[in-house]
Amino acid sequence: MKSLEELAKVRESRREALKIREGVPSATEKAHVMMCGGAGCISTKCQDVVDAMKASLEKNGIADQVQIILTGCMGPCDMGPVAIVYPQGTFYRRLKAKDADAIVEEHIMQGNLVQRLLYRTPGAKEPTPKVDDIDLFAKQQKIVLRNNFNIDPTNIEDYIANNGYAALGKALTEMTPAEVIEEVKKSGLRGRGGAGFNSGMKWGFAAASKGTPKYVVCNGDEGDPGAFMDRSVLEGDPHSVIEGMAICGRAIGAEQGYVYVRAEYPLAIERLSYAIDKAREYGLLGKNIFGTGFNFDIEIRIGAGAFVCGEETALLTSIMGKRGEPRPRPPFPANEGVWAKPTVLNNVETWANVAEIIRRGADWYSSIGTQGSKGTKVFALAGRINNTGIVEVPMGTTLREIVFDIGGGIPRKKEFKAVQTGGPSGGCIPASQLDTPIDFESLTALGAMMGSGGMIVMDDTTCMVDIAKFFLDFTVDESCGKCSPCRIGTKRMLEILERITTAKGKEGDIELLQELGETIKKTALCGLGQTAPNPVLSTIKYFRDEYEAHIKEHKCAAKVCEIEE
Amino acid sequence: MVACSCGCGEDELTKQLEKVIDEYRGQPSGLIQVLTKAQNLIGYLPLWVQTRIAKGLGISLQEVYGVVTFYAFFSLIPRGRHKLSVCAGTACYVKGTKKVLKALRDVLGVKEGQTTPDSRFTVEVVRCIGACGLAPAMIVDGKDVHGRLEPEQIPEILEQYA
Amino acid sequence: MINLTIDNRKVAVEEGTTILEAAKSVGINIPTLCYLKDINVIGACRICLVDVKGARTFIPSCVAPVAEGMVVNTHTPELIKARKLVLELILSDHPMECLTCRRNGNCELQKLAEEYGLSEIRFEGARTDYPIDDSSPAIIRDPRKCVLCRRCISVCTNIQSVQALTAENRGFASLVAPAFNERLANMECVQCGQCSLVCPTGAIVERDDTEKVWAALADPTKHVVVQTAPATRVQIGETIGAAPGTIATGQLVAGLRSLGFDKVFDTDFTADLTIMEEGNELLQRVTNGGVLPMITSCSPGWIKFIEHFYPDLLPHLSTCKSPQQMFGPLVKTYYAQKEGIDPKDIVCVSIMPCTAKKYECQRPEMNSSGYQDVDVVLTTRELGRMFKQAGLDMINLPEEEYDAPLGISTGAGEIFGASGGVMEAALRTVYEVVTNKELEDINFTACRGIDGVKEATVQVGDLPVSVAITNGLGNARKVLDKIRAGEANYHFIEVMCCPGGCIGGGGSPIPTNTEIRLKRIDATYTEDERMVLRKSHENPAVQELYAEFLEKPLGHKSHELLHTHYTPRSNYPEEEC
Repeated sequence: MKSLEELAKVRESRREALKIREGVPSATEKAHVMMCGGAGCISTKCQDVVDAMKASLEKNGIADQVQIILTGCMGPCDMGPVAIVYPQGTFYRRLKAKDADAIVEEHIMQGNLVQRLLYRTPGAKEPTPKVDDIDLFAKQQKIVLRNNFNIDPTNIEDYIANNGYAALGKALTEMTPAEVIEEVKKSGLRGRGGAGFNSGMKWGFAAASKGTPKYVVCNGDEGDPGAFMDRSVLEGDPHSVIEGMAICGRAIGAEQGYVYVRAEYPLAIERLSYAIDKAREYGLLGKNIFGTGFNFDIEIRIGAGAFVCGEETALLTSIMGKRGEPRPRPPFPANEGVWAKPTVLNNVETWANVAEIIRRGADWYSSIGTQGSKGTKVFALAGRINNTGIVEVPMGTTLREIVFDIGGGIPRKKEFKAVQTGGPSGGCIPASQLDTPIDFESLTALGAMMGSGGMIVMDDTTCMVDIAKFFLDFTVDESCGKCSPCRIGTKRMLEILERITTAKGKEGDIELLQELGETIKKTALCGLGQTAPNPVLSTIKYFRDEYEAHIKEHKCAAKVCEIEE
Repeated sequence: MVACSCGCGEDELTKQLEKVIDEYRGQPSGLIQVLTKAQNLIGYLPLWVQTRIAKGLGISLQEVYGVVTFYAFFSLIPRGRHKLSVCAGTACYVKGTKKVLKALRDVLGVKEGQTTPDSRFTVEVVRCIGACGLAPAMIVDGKDVHGRLEPEQIPEILEQYA
Repeated sequence: MINLTIDNRKVAVEEGTTILEAAKSVGINIPTLCYLKDINVIGACRICLVDVKGARTFIPSCVAPVAEGMVVNTHTPELIKARKLVLELILSDHPMECLTCRRNGNCELQKLAEEYGLSEIRFEGARTDYPIDDSSPAIIRDPRKCVLCRRCISVCTNIQSVQALTAENRGFASLVAPAFNERLANMECVQCGQCSLVCPTGAIVERDDTEKVWAALADPTKHVVVQTAPATRVQIGETIGAAPGTIATGQLVAGLRSLGFDKVFDTDFTADLTIMEEGNELLQRVTNGGVLPMITSCSPGWIKFIEHFYPDLLPHLSTCKSPQQMFGPLVKTYYAQKEGIDPKDIVCVSIMPCTAKKYECQRPEMNSSGYQDVDVVLTTRELGRMFKQAGLDMINLPEEEYDAPLGISTGAGEIFGASGGVMEAALRTVYEVVTNKELEDINFTACRGIDGVKEATVQVGDLPVSVAITNGLGNARKVLDKIRAGEANYHFIEVMCCPGGCIGGGGSPIPTNTEIRLKRIDATYTEDERMVLRKSHENPAVQELYAEFLEKPLGHKSHELLHTHYTPRSNYPEEEC
């Protein structure tokens, strides 16, 4: 792209071609079938459905009038494979290859919805055909996942048609770097990876830092066992990350970016590297972007399986080909990051917010959310809940709304017991706190954490001691071993939990766990160690009786621990 | 697959490995990328492979080995023809990872991290494959996801992989 | 300057100072374990934590820089409790074999446990259990006692540029070892023992050979002679409580005699001899167009290093054996003949500030007397232990003299113990031999000090002799790379393996740090000045040796007994087909 005019030209012409996805019937095309291609739907064989549908279109001689597009994750993973058929915007679920003919012949050719494949709200008599009318979606607000329904992630023009790269254009032609940073600061955007540091401030530090060259890094090492938001973004809308990083490059004066993606996400790596190639081809990465003299390019670095590499200093060390061990800060990455140069590091979800903030303005963005936490948050909802999958809600939404209104409550009329947020760094929140509006501070106050956004719902079949042990086991496995409190302390906590869950618990074990936990929080080197005790401390805080039952009566009410003689 | 494991330079595999190394020759920062590619090529990272990589990148064998043993993705021992990655993400754990592992143990006689004596399967535990909606789930060979697993289904699933 | 408050005291320090150093400047010693000034500053052990007002967690004072207006507390009840618990955790993964541990009484972990009054370890459970590696003739590694402070890795990697050790695995399974947990003897480890010098516990120690010496001393059929390395006389006092920098030459001799050695000789003697041989070798190379620059070969860790890492540069090495290894064959030939003793009955013991010397004496080339030339090498630390076992208040013994003839030496031999000393000694002799003029000032001060790379040019007759001096193998590497690149226009290079030279060798008393090294260096030059003779070619015993036995420098006998050859090695495991 030599100029903004060129971008606008592509946008307009592609937009025309995609009008059908906004509900406008097309003269030349009968339908666009947006088939969810997220991990969940791939594993329930959405590709078979696509193949069958293509065969059916072929058979009926309308293959040239219907497009089938494999999108990123649409969210409702347990209903997969799911699809939306435009222009009607009809949402179909639990599709099988044998349903292809019905959709092609009844819906696409005759305009009759296939009733048996429509979504029904639990308890409702009538189905809800339109995707926009379904509660699960209607209560969400999509910024990060703005394109996941609508675009072909492998088609850069689809992204451009949805205002893609307009923000980069704006940042390059209408704003000074300082104004870009100011805008991000004003938006109140905070890092979605963990601690929630103000992103604009971070950019400001890096911009002010004297070293050169500077770098922009995306943390795509989503290691929280129960979180797959970043993966959904990388797979479903990779350009949103690329654009966000390029904007930051402009703001801080960096020309090189790295995206660190875990090896466990092969599709995300494939989609992202394809997107990077395409962006280069369109002149949106590389030299002299939009003819402004701004250069920026991105390289992918693959993580090799270490949760601790989600910690920023560890990730930066790993990018340099070394053991991903954290180091004390200062120096902060904004001053000494990759190759000891000023570096801005944010995670995938944070980057995906940036373009929209620049395009629509800080005032718009900061009007969403709570006093201290602006914008939306994507959660991966799983566990004992009806609607598992990905949801994006404004900050300040209560846990109850997420679990019951969007998540559809607990299956089999079981009772809600707790929700775990923040993965191995977070904690378990009991029913009594369900009305807490979610933001960074409120979750921390509950002894949990926003973390990356994993949200696991538990009912009475979950033993809280066992779940604490599960997370500790994870941390012990993933501890880098550098600092003594984490290396030895978490191991000792796990050993005590193993004792308790096998009827060998002792009087004083709970207190010892608390003492260890509190000390590790204050003494460990990095965020992994400092938050590792949270799952244990929060379960002791809210479910102490379960610990006591295990120790004193050798009883596990959920019948998970095999402790009764 | 490994014709000559000594790395004497005679066999095709060693030549391919050297080609992988060539991309990053003299660049220590490429270590993790080289190791990833080398493991994809050879299946694991024995001494001769690590030594060649160390020489090629101009770093000590200690540096290479320290990195290899830090990341879970790298293996020092040969693995089976098929990799069974059982998800132990939180959602899967809550919904029965333990049962899946037990079923695999019963059927195959090996625990996580182990390979069957006939080199057919390696069982490993991974952290969240992102298929939480299908919990408990397992990925075979990094691509086939089997979700909502019940222990009874395990033998049937395994049969698909020779 | 940065102003802050530490324990209610106003402190002003320079920007970039750590909290630890700032506290120290006002007399507050924050406890540390993994920290080693300038070498290992990683904030891993979490013992040096302090409370910084406003911080979410405790802050590691060893790495955290001071900031304007910072309010620091170093010993709140919470901190004491936290440090105690961290210590308790470390000890819960420690063998607790203190009474049988080499470092009993000189262990940093033990000291901390004592200071913090740990009375109970409440955690039972898994313990690190990797096997002991006793493959090396010089160094024993016991991973069970390792606290993973990584000082050894830092010194081996950053100071010595060898990297024979690395952090392996992760979490509780972490291990510091060579790749594949291979045995040290099979590695490119140069046996310098700097790791044993910095280890806070007994996880890396020198191999103890004192029992062999006790046995020899007790054997009436054996004639046991001992040689003392130049650096040992400025070190030995420290092993029994004397201040660093104490010169204890006469007391050392008296102590060794009390232990029962038949003769107490001095490596300084063969240091003088080395100058005669090496100086002449240099002149020959310069005259005959031999390989230049020539590099010294006294330091066995250095020899192993160049064999592994720069085998292509081996022709640059002087062929001279080290003073220790010149001494061995002379004892078993020259001295044996002179005294009419059957060399098979002679046991030759060395006292060295060095662990690599234990390796050197076992090299296959070191049998030119027909026997193993040097039988046992003890480090300064081991000798200190023998004095204690013998109940000798060594430092207060009346001073005694070395035995003749192999105990007669000059100041030139003495300064071999400090970086630059070999070069200075060589220059003193080469100058006078070449010019036939007496030096006006024999102190070549440009050679002295602990700078990593020193350079000088000395006019010797018509020839401006260009020299370089390095200590610490990382610095040697810089000079070797220059040679490889064809950018080194030196005639002569002195390399000492260990930082500061032999006075900071891997067999030195613990602790050894820069401050202590400097004191030992000062003592070395003081001792030099006290000597009547200060040039090697003036050593009458050396002159007599040539007259009676060797005939001339670089002569036939010299080549047989005093010179050696080197073996190219790889720094990677050999591949076998």
